[in-house]
Amino acid sequence: MNTTIMLFLLQDGITNGAIYALLGLALVLVFAVTRVILIPQGEFVTFGALSYAVLATGKVPGTAWLALAMGATAFALDLFDARRSLRLKRVLRSLALNIALPAAILALTYGLAGPKTPIAVNIALSLLIVAAIGLFLYRIAFQPLAHTSVLVLLISSVGCHLALQGLGLVFFGAEGLRGPALSNAALTIGPLRFTGQSLAVYGLTIAFIVALWLFFGFTLTGKALRATAVNRLGARLVGIRTTLSGQIAFLLAALIGAISGILIVPITTLYYDTGFLIGLKGFIAAIIGGLVSYPLTAVAALLVGSVEAFSSFYASNFKEVIVFTLILPVLVLRSLAAPAVEEEKD
Amino acid sequence: MSALLSVSDAHVSYGKVEAVRSVSLDVADNEIVTIIGANGAGKTTLLNAIMGVLPLKGGTAFAGADMAALDIEDRVAAGLCLVPEHRELFGTMNVEDNLLLGAFRIPKATATQSFERVYALFPRLKERRKQLAGTLSGGEQQMLAMGRALMGAPKLLMLDEPSLGLAPIIVADIFRTIGELRAAGVSVLLVEQNAQAALKIADRAYVMELGEFILSGSASDIASNQRVAASYLGFQHEGASAI
Repeated sequence: MNTTIMLFLLQDGITNGAIYALLGLALVLVFAVTRVILIPQGEFVTFGALSYAVLATGKVPGTAWLALAMGATAFALDLFDARRSLRLKRVLRSLALNIALPAAILALTYGLAGPKTPIAVNIALSLLIVAAIGLFLYRIAFQPLAHTSVLVLLISSVGCHLALQGLGLVFFGAEGLRGPALSNAALTIGPLRFTGQSLAVYGLTIAFIVALWLFFGFTLTGKALRATAVNRLGARLVGIRTTLSGQIAFLLAALIGAISGILIVPITTLYYDTGFLIGLKGFIAAIIGGLVSYPLTAVAALLVGSVEAFSSFYASNFKEVIVFTLILPVLVLRSLAAPAVEEEKD
Repeated sequence: MSALLSVSDAHVSYGKVEAVRSVSLDVADNEIVTIIGANGAGKTTLLNAIMGVLPLKGGTAFAGADMAALDIEDRVAAGLCLVPEHRELFGTMNVEDNLLLGAFRIPKATATQSFERVYALFPRLKERRKQLAGTLSGGEQQMLAMGRALMGAPKLLMLDEPSLGLAPIIVADIFRTIGELRAAGVSVLLVEQNAQAALKIADRAYVMELGEFILSGSASDIASNQRVAASYLGFQHEGASAI
């Protein structure tokens, strides 16, 4: 192997790794706040990417309708939960969030979608749609289970993944799609050629990490989210609604997933079920980070990306095997390093 | 005088085991009320149920409004606050952030005043404001738990065993602060095993045994009650053995 090939592989690995880093961060975030291992993270990626790709062809993606349907379900659940003490203010708030918001997004999508819609508008629309889906997913599938064990939440998570993947097939078909590139600019340094797309991947990843750091370190909402993660009861006792924290965490995770999807769909063809595998690689990074550490997750994601790039060069048939095998030594080391793992109390 | 908190005929169960049976109590404005009793009497259970952490059967009203339909966060917003037995601090966050989150439900301007008030009550917290809550000593953690609760400007503060596991000198400090809260317009419902200290600062007291109140009255009456003296104050009045 010569240096040029190695540099190419490294560049490829880091580009993919940056995406895995974003997804890994979202997984850590969601787990910390809600104890949910977010398997449907991959579906946020596909939904974001494919909604963007469909919008680029001038059509309205089915996900916009899904958001409205999920919102209606969430509204029904809100009404059912509050049936004993129906207060107008609460009902109106729920109506605004769960019905008016997705309806507005749907109307906006119909109003703006067309073959000549600018890329930025399409991106904004797909982000809105997926963010709404993430928000309602928490309300429907996880908020009613918020007090249960990690295992129950995981089972629900797997269920959501399967359901959303099936819906993905309905909305986008079995054919793969590609979206238009964010920018066609390119930059050449020595033997390496950086496309505008890959620069956008690096830039957005770094921006997101910094933004998350600022959000959790310096804003009251961010601190409240951290507090929920550190001590649920403590958070409730100071009046932080853990359901709100969960909603914010899912909203952020959905946004991050959709952005990742939009970043990769111009580079690779995505199918309705591609997201799962991408999400799993983010998950490996998150596991290496112990599902708690953001910096460790980001570094691990770059490692996962590089290992993937190199193994696809040397043993492309075993690419996935090699990447997923990474998790074994990590799990062994972690279980050796922490013999007294605290058992789930509730 | 209408009661700030009134609980009537409250029952709390863990599954089929009834931990609190038919308990009624009230706390008036600017009053310090204590519930004393041995380990396992149901005191902590009762406080948690009043806060909404555990389901309670019976009537609860706070500041004249029925609380049955309110969840914990609504009760906090209404001005009811619990400092739980295990303090439930945010261990990996610093003292200042813990306090800041205590003021989560109130406007920012009020929060600044709350900071000053809490730092005045517990100067130690100001010294330690950049330290992680989990690394504080037990006494400091208790101060922080109380400080965090006071940040939200509650009308009624419920304290669960604030003296648990603390050195006597710190206990004295904590109790003096509780006494000072009255001047700040905060009512206190205090649950304690350290009956002597609790009765000294309280206006009224309830004695709890096996999930029920067996006695209630003014703190001084309770303190001079022979049975209480024998069981909880650790000394016997003359003739107490006759009971």
